[in-house]
Amino acid sequence: MIDQIQQRLLEEVAGLHEVPEGAYNIRANGQLAQRNTTANIDIISKENGTGIDVRIKSGTKNESVHIPVVLSASGLKEVVYNDFYIGDDCDVTIVAGCGIDNCGVQDSEHDGIHRFFVGKNSKIKYVEKHYGSGDGQGKRILNPGTEVTLDEGSLMEMEMVQIKGVDSTERKTTADLAAGAKLLVRERLMTHGNQSAVSIYEVNLNGEKANTDVISRSVAKDNSFQKFDAKITGNTMCSGHMECDAIIMGDAKILAVPQLEANHIDAALIHEAAIGKIAGDQIVKLMTLGLTEAEAEEQIINGFLK
Amino acid sequence: MLELENISFEVSEEDDSKEIVKDMSLKLEDGKFIVITGPNGGGKSTLAKVIAGIHKPTSGKIYFEGEDITQKSVTERAKLGIAYGFQQPVRFKGITVRDLICLAAGKKLSVAESCEYLAEVGLCAKDYIDREVNASLSGGELKRVEIATVLARGSKLSVFDEPEAGIDLWSFQNLIKVFENMRKTNRQGSILVISHQERILNIADEIVVIADGEIVKQGGKEEVLPTLVSTEAMASKCNKYNMGGES
Repeated sequence: MIDQIQQRLLEEVAGLHEVPEGAYNIRANGQLAQRNTTANIDIISKENGTGIDVRIKSGTKNESVHIPVVLSASGLKEVVYNDFYIGDDCDVTIVAGCGIDNCGVQDSEHDGIHRFFVGKNSKIKYVEKHYGSGDGQGKRILNPGTEVTLDEGSLMEMEMVQIKGVDSTERKTTADLAAGAKLLVRERLMTHGNQSAVSIYEVNLNGEKANTDVISRSVAKDNSFQKFDAKITGNTMCSGHMECDAIIMGDAKILAVPQLEANHIDAALIHEAAIGKIAGDQIVKLMTLGLTEAEAEEQIINGFLK
Repeated sequence: MLELENISFEVSEEDDSKEIVKDMSLKLEDGKFIVITGPNGGGKSTLAKVIAGIHKPTSGKIYFEGEDITQKSVTERAKLGIAYGFQQPVRFKGITVRDLICLAAGKKLSVAESCEYLAEVGLCAKDYIDREVNASLSGGELKRVEIATVLARGSKLSVFDEPEAGIDLWSFQNLIKVFENMRKTNRQGSILVISHQERILNIADEIVVIADGEIVKQGGKEEVLPTLVSTEAMASKCNKYNMGGES
């Protein structure tokens, strides 16, 4: 059911070389390809066929859910709604991701809308990777939407990676945090050619001692465009930090729009934003170690996005 | 052996041009520990950059082991066996100390191997090996990592531009030990250090004094060191400084 191209995409987005352990749901070209559930993690298709519900029982620990999506047919457009209901006191890793291979002339698009309802004191690690390949003229488009609701004392760590081959992305992530909840976001992004990537984050710190740390590191090459638009709102005693650090190359354009809104005297919010080219002395230093200029540049970017 | 033949280096400023290195000729023998010293602004760092290939001389030739390397790039010179330690080490976000040492060595090193270089510069390796070479390292730590990368090159010629600059007194004591050790153990390659420090001058085989872009004196430590303070060029620089001519 999974062909070679799809297998390669699965490796890129989910690190899967074979069928994963634990619960999984693999979607290929708009269809369910493979699914597995466990005693604690159930995956149910929505009745109208637009996506899945993932239900994780309270107290589930050290389990993982993989829900990769691969598209290898040109001209396929789909919107998928996946909802995650996570009980209390869980410790679970969720790996999502989408790989598109488009060798045709028509655009391929996958818009995955993920909603997370995380129960009290649960710990979730969420990894989402995007990857595009194929040399067709058709564009590879991904517009993920993520909505996160964190109940008291819960922790969600999100790792969002898009390094290669996606022509156009508009990512929107919104989060609402209850008392003592914590959201960590690590975004890594690289655009090249004529690609465009927009990242929007809206984090609302609603409960006392809610805390967030949003860190984005990106590299924009060639004629690509990136926009980082992030807002942290502090509605009570809480703390938030965001950082957007970008390397600009070639004729790329980068727009950073960090916003902080404090609606309470004890909301402590910080943002840092920096955009700059690779420093000349960084390249020279690596050249004195025997690297060529191109190799030096590659090392600097690899390190930066690691 | 490194040989500089009538090297000049000019920089143009608006309508004017300024000669920073003036028709300088110099031979550096193999297996020697050579210290270049002299007043600030005299052309020492520029000369080091000309040797490393970071600056191209306006005129003159550079020979390394008999080969004309004047037109060779920084990368080519590094591959031929010239290593260069920056006066102000460069910081990298995301690149760890170990990454940098592996890049310097030109191969993947085991943790134990990379630790050896760090131990040589007096850093407790396990605390540093996975740290990023970023703003979280202090000036002294960064300097020692920089020196470790030069050691890991295992080059025929290692050039250090003011290794003592920007480090605290405590780190300085260790730094002297590093260079004393290097002098003892590295007899195949030559070491060229730009320094103002008497304790580094003290371990030199040979001292070259540069002022106003020219070699003022060159010779063995015993010969040059006692005369250093009374060098005319130095004195004139001191006067300028006193008059507020240079800061």
